[in-house]
Amino acid sequence: MKIVVCIKQVPDTAGGVKFKPDGTLDRQAMLAIMNPDDKAGLEAALRIKDADPENVKVTVLTMGLPKADAVLREALAMGADDALLITDRVLGGADTWATSSTIAGALKNMEYDLIITGRQAIDGDTAQVGPQIAEHLGIPTISYAREIKVDGSTVTVKRMFDDGYMMLKANMPCLITALSELNEPRYMTPGGIFDAFDKEVTVWGRAQLDVEDSNIGLNGSPTKIAKASDKVAKGKGTVVTPDSPQEAADGIAAKLAEKNII
Amino acid sequence: MDFQLDQKHEMARSLFREFAEKEVKPLAIETDETEQFPRETVTKLQKYGFMGIPVPKEYGGQGCDPLTYVMCVEEMAKVCGTTSVIISAHTSLCIDPIMTYGTEEQKQKYVVPLAKGEKLGAFALTEPGAGTDAQGAQTKAVFDEATQEWVLNGSKCFITNGKEADIYIVIAYTDIVEDKKGRKQKRFSTFIVEKGTPGFTFGVKEKKMGIRGSATYELIFQDCRIPKDNLLGVRGKGFANAMHTLDGGRIGIAAQALGLAEGALDRTVQYVKERKQFGRSIAQFQNTQFQLANMATQIEAARLLVYKAAEAKRTQSSYSVEAAQAKLFAAETAMDVTTKCVQLMGGYGYIREYEVERMMRDAKITEIYEGTSEVQRMVISGALLK
Repeated sequence: MKIVVCIKQVPDTAGGVKFKPDGTLDRQAMLAIMNPDDKAGLEAALRIKDADPENVKVTVLTMGLPKADAVLREALAMGADDALLITDRVLGGADTWATSSTIAGALKNMEYDLIITGRQAIDGDTAQVGPQIAEHLGIPTISYAREIKVDGSTVTVKRMFDDGYMMLKANMPCLITALSELNEPRYMTPGGIFDAFDKEVTVWGRAQLDVEDSNIGLNGSPTKIAKASDKVAKGKGTVVTPDSPQEAADGIAAKLAEKNII
Repeated sequence: MDFQLDQKHEMARSLFREFAEKEVKPLAIETDETEQFPRETVTKLQKYGFMGIPVPKEYGGQGCDPLTYVMCVEEMAKVCGTTSVIISAHTSLCIDPIMTYGTEEQKQKYVVPLAKGEKLGAFALTEPGAGTDAQGAQTKAVFDEATQEWVLNGSKCFITNGKEADIYIVIAYTDIVEDKKGRKQKRFSTFIVEKGTPGFTFGVKEKKMGIRGSATYELIFQDCRIPKDNLLGVRGKGFANAMHTLDGGRIGIAAQALGLAEGALDRTVQYVKERKQFGRSIAQFQNTQFQLANMATQIEAARLLVYKAAEAKRTQSSYSVEAAQAKLFAAETAMDVTTKCVQLMGGYGYIREYEVERMMRDAKITEIYEGTSEVQRMVISGALLK
């Protein structure tokens, strides 16, 4: 069984967010971590492998700058078998459409039974790339996975909602998007880290991808960013000292009405 | 010369830091308070391979280098001095001599489970009447020709990981010879002793000032019979072997001292930014700033010495001076920095909840065990005056 886990290097929000003049994220200038939902997806794949180490192979894939190599090494140090970095200048500035087209373009040239992605990345929060990849590949998607069980050629997933869950069963190949609540990802091991740096990370550029030029990079991205900014510190606000609860409620309601919130 | 850690070591450090913060730090206060050996933590350390970091993979270890091991001890010490010494005594003082002097059979039998963390190790040299003065040692091993066993009698004290450990490296004298001046000299040998061997028991558990969760016990040997195959290395070379083992151990303790100093400084930097006096944070006072600057500089110097010693262990056969300098400087830095951190934090620094007082108590032992600072000075000056 071949599992491909799509992971993303995202800014460590503890380190602050920086933008380039065109409004896109300045990834080079920020500290980076493995996206938490993706890490849970990787852990889920590694647990499937733990149950049958001889027959399950886990490949991790990321699209990003050359420095995204680090997140692949981390995945290898956790126990992934091999890693693929998709990087090329022409792929830069991709929105979710161009990203999913690009990743699907790589997957078309790979073997897989199961693809796992994170639900969403903590930088963009779109939750679009995983399901879009499945659409490009023409395979089923099960999103918001809280539990994953593999049985022969099928996979059973507990799909979470705010107020309940669905149990879904799908034939493989299919794509699952994982929630960070899925599990507690394992730590790397020191020896795993040393091995990870001895391994070769496969690097694919534009030439290795089965995708149209019109669907990649900034030019292939329908999303146009008008403006982006760092969060603005809130002012002190207005302090009022109402005489009664009624007056307080009226005051708040008036303010909300003034701002067209209610 | 490159002072920059490579990506591999940076990643290892981030692993140790995350593990220490999430798994070790939450138990540090309780471990100190209750003086209970943190078995739960050791099980986690085992699970992730932290008990055999510098050991080759074929012997159950992680196949990393001394620098990686040292960073692990350092990061654990930043949050819990007890945890760091458990790893250090196990790795440097028990696994290392078996790797260095052991036969292939001994390595397979003992290093493999030790490096995997399935068994815990300890090292027993110190005796009530003999610390630095090895000739004062009374523990004796006599070879019984009839049974082909060694018979061990005597006692050892202040043994880290005592009672909790499964495998003990024990130094005992096996021969008395006359030196050139006709004086009687004891010749020592090293033995691997398993817990549970008849005649091997534990005495009192020491109540200590710091590293209180670390189990420190007296070991007692009464006609304790050890298989012939458990002689480690060459008969009569035990003292030299122990000294070489301690060179490695000192790098581990230096890393512990470094981590304690760093941990105390981290907390203090945070505190001085928050603590307000006379309408401003105490970080805005020049006394605070200058003290922080001095401490950060001392710590950086200690780090360079500790990492240099770790690299020397990887590349050189002898690294006594590097290890002694690292331990001397890092231990004195730890004591100085933790004491100043308590002072900067004032009354809160003296309160257990704020943790720097624990670090100050933990730091003191780094100037004492595995060779006092005075012994380190003897080693360093001895090399100069040779």
